Parts: sequence; structure tokens; C-alpha cells
Amino acid sequence: MSLNNEPQQTSPGDVGLVQPATFACEQPLALQRGGELTRFDLVYETYGELNADASNAILICHALSGNHHAAGRHAESDRKPGWWDVCIGPGKAIDTNRFYVLALNNLGGCDGSTGPLSVNPATNDVFGPDFPTVTVRDWVESQARLADHLGIKRFAAIIGGSLGGMQALQWAIDYPDRLDSAVLIASSARLTTQNIAFNKIARSAITSDANFHNGRYAEHGVLPEQGLRVARMLGHITYLSDHALAERFGREIKSGDPDQGSEIEFQVESYLDYQGEAFSQRFDANTYLLMTRALDLFDPAAEYDGDLTAVFAQTRARFLMLSFSTDWRFSPQRSTDMSNAAISAGRDVSHAIIDSPHGHDSFLLPVPRYIDALGAYLNRLAQVTNA
Amino acid sequence: MRSDLALIADLIRPNARVLDLGCGDGELLAELAATKQVNGYGLDVDADNIRRCLERGVNVIEQDLNLGLDNFADDSFDMVVMTETLQSVHNPSDMVDAMLRIARECIVTFPNFGHWRCRAHLLLRGSMPVAKHLPHDWFNTPNIHLCTFKDFERLCHDKRLNIIERLVIDAKSNDANSTPRKRPAANLFGATAFYHLGR
Repeated sequence: MSLNNEPQQTSPGDVGLVQPATFACEQPLALQRGGELTRFDLVYETYGELNADASNAILICHALSGNHHAAGRHAESDRKPGWWDVCIGPGKAIDTNRFYVLALNNLGGCDGSTGPLSVNPATNDVFGPDFPTVTVRDWVESQARLADHLGIKRFAAIIGGSLGGMQALQWAIDYPDRLDSAVLIASSARLTTQNIAFNKIARSAITSDANFHNGRYAEHGVLPEQGLRVARMLGHITYLSDHALAERFGREIKSGDPDQGSEIEFQVESYLDYQGEAFSQRFDANTYLLMTRALDLFDPAAEYDGDLTAVFAQTRARFLMLSFSTDWRFSPQRSTDMSNAAISAGRDVSHAIIDSPHGHDSFLLPVPRYIDALGAYLNRLAQVTNA
Repeated sequence: MRSDLALIADLIRPNARVLDLGCGDGELLAELAATKQVNGYGLDVDADNIRRCLERGVNVIEQDLNLGLDNFADDSFDMVVMTETLQSVHNPSDMVDAMLRIARECIVTFPNFGHWRCRAHLLLRGSMPVAKHLPHDWFNTPNIHLCTFKDFERLCHDKRLNIIERLVIDAKSNDANSTPRKRPAANLFGATAFYHLGR
């Protein structure tokens, strides 16, 4: 038996099989843009153990198309683990030997939490397009109720990439004393005009699909699959860098030969078809519209005449920002804008710009320096929060 | 702690806002946070240094000093520090101006190229000095603006800067026991120059 109290050194492993749980909140939630939800469900997963003083909890906030299944597998036969399995697990950057990790599907999602696919108690029909507009602030409010339910008064860290980072920032604004650290990865304090424009095109692809029926496709027994496919294809190429696409597909031809009179199909086209198809089968169109709208609307500085320093002055958390050199949708400059504001406000902040060829998608990938930096930061956090 | 860092730590007031340009592994800021509750930020571009800073809880921003410091407002800090880095920036003159724009005071340390060993190396061997504190060859050195005490004094004079204090740290500057001192013939015997400047 070992006589010292040092944590066991284990090689990084997986969280193994996990089961989602559901938090049923029966208290009404008033929404920022008007209206309310009389009740709601949030589906979530947890990894690791909550310690006795509940000081080792980390909340993971998901991005546009994410959900509660961040790590591990639901069944041995699952082809892929959760979406952030590269970072969450025993001995990984978000170390489940030390931290209790909570991930959920946001309100308005399509993976089990209350959203457009849920039944509207007022009408006994599915919400569909009648699901109210939810904002990042509404998400934070609903997540705070989940934290209350789980007995977490204060998170050691709230971590998110992209839209997830916006939620971490909103937490730091709305509940300054309920988190030690906010980790904002490939994120921004507001979308650029170009980003809103991309979202507009993606939404137009969906709403102009003949099967969309003003969002009431379920009543017509159809899905706006073509629209979702195009939306996903557009999104997908903007999440990658020019270099990453060229490196992966080049000008390789998948099929066809003009000499034989058959149409050429490039490898990249086939890939986009596959991605679009897979997405259109798993994702709800109304949720896509709602999530991109929440992205567009996020702008905490708007209440302060655009003064981001005034926003950070409301916060007390330590901030870590990680951005990626080739990310042109949430460029390193957006993180720099936030770190500048945090410094002006006297907040603790660090920002590392990770050299990665994979564009915005880097935050989901095992980029060594990124994983290292996140792990180094959280290792320190585990010490100061007694995790 | 490195003796030049200990010397700097002594000059910084409790609770001050400190910007450390080229902060390395964050040793100075970690010390200042622990002993003086300083609100400090370090700038660096080296991945290993940045990871070390994150590990020890030092605020570190990945920023290339040569691309300017325009993101820091006038008088937004109490002290700007730059240790052993001035000689490697593209424009040391502009850098000193920026430091004294961001804070009323700054501290700069740099290797003294007028040290007798450098002079002897060039005189006797006829090649660019390579020494313990200047380990690179001329073609791969990051130290593109080496200068002597005398050179730096002239820059300060031309800029009409207030030299609050000038000290010499001898060749054993990495030993915790070596004592910085004011010393005659500094330009000949001082390995590292230490300047505390004001506007």
C-alpha cells in the first residue's frame, strides 16, 4: 500500500459506458426575449465523482450541433464516443479522476432536452416553430437550475468551445460567484457580420426547402432534409481551413470520367454529401434555426454601448482563452478582443493562440499544444480548488 | 530566483499593475503575485513558456511584441518590465517609448555588449562574441540589437528619459547570491545592465 497521498498516476483512459439522465424542472422559466416555458427537461451526463464539498465540478457547454453526450459510449457497439472524448476522461486534460464533469443538451436542442420536438403543454402538439426564442442567457439560467439540482453552488470551471464559450462568458457575467474559471475556446464576445451572414445563408437553405412548411414539417410527415444538408455543408467548409481541406482531399476525383461522358465527382463533394446527409438525419431543422439565432443575438457588450471592458468588469472569474491560428470564423483576434477587455477590467486572463491547420474545428481535435495548454491550466485549477 | 528578478521584485509596490514583456516561464509574476498581490500579466510567444505560466497560475497572453502594444492603453499599468528581451525586438527605441506610454515607470535589463569578455572576444578572435549569456552565433541569434551601457545611455539622453536607477549585474547573474551593484567602469565589467526609467 502506498503511504503518500499523491494522486495515482494513470495513463489517459476513457470514461467507459455512460448513461444520460434527465432533470425535470417544474418551475417556469421566463425567457429573455419574452414568453416563458412553464416547465422543461434537460438531458445531461456526468463523468467522475462530485467530491464532499462539491468543489470539483466542471460544466461543459456545447456548441451549435453538440449535445449532452460529451464523453464515453452509450453501448460497447457505439462507433464513436461522445463529441469531446479527446479532452474528457481519466488522466485527460479534463481529468475525471479529479473533476466531476457535467455536460447537458441545451434548451431548444433536439437530443432529449425540451425543444421544438417536445410537446407544447399549451396545445398538446409539438412546439415546432412555436418554440420560443432562447438566448445564451436563458441557457445559463436553465443550467444554473440544473447545478442547483445537483448540489453544485460553484463550478471549478465552466468550459466551452465556440457557442459554448459564449455560455461560459455569460455565466461569468450573470453568476460571477458561481465559477472559479471560465475557459473560452475558439469563441467570441459577439459574432462578426460575416458570421451572421453565413448563418443567414444556412437558415435560408432550410426555410426555402419545399418540405419546410414554415417549420411545421412534422405535421406534414416530411423533413426539410435538403435544406439541412446545404446548411451543414456550408457550415462545415467554414469550420475548416483552406489548408485543411486541400490537405485532406486535394483535387482527388472520387468517380466519373469526362472521356466516357460521365460526370466528375471530386472527393470533397462526396465528403460534403456524406456530412450533409448524416447531419440531416440526426438534427432538427427548427433547432438549427434556433441555435444559429442564439449565436447571432449574443452580444453582452450591447448593454454597455459596445464597451467589452464594462462587461468584464461585472465578472470575477479567471479566464482562459484558447484560439486557433487558422480559425477564420472565430479568429484569434476575437479572443484577443476579449483578453484585452479582461486586462482593462483587471481580471485574471490568459490567452494562447494555438498553431493548428484545422480551422475552427480544431477545438474538437487532439491538437497536442491545445490539449497540453488546457491540461496545464486545469491541473493548476485542481490544486487551487482542492479538486 | 534569478538575482535580476529579485531586484525588480523589490522595486514593485504591493497591489501594483505590472506588465511583463517577454515574461518567459512567469517566474517574476508568480513571485509578485505570491508576495505582493500584484495584478500582473505577461506577454510571450513561446509555447513552452506559455504552458509553464498556465501551470503556475500566471496570467499570460500570447502576443508578439514586434507587432506593437497598441492594445494597451496609456497609463494602464503601474510598471512595465522587460528582462533580457530589448536586444531582440525589431525597434528598441519604439519599444521603450511604448513602455513609458503604458506606465510612468519601466524596468529594462539587457546584456551589456561592452563587457570586457565581448570586447576581448572580438579583439583577439576577430569574430562575434559567443558567451554563456550570449550563446548564439551571429546568423541565428535572436539578439539583433545588442548594445552597450554607453549606447543605451545615449538613447535615454536623446529621449530625455529620467533614469531613476542604473545598476550592474555581474556575470554570475543567474546565481541567486550574486549581488547587483553600482560599480565604476560598468561598461567594461557589467554583464547585465539594469535600468529603472521614468518619463
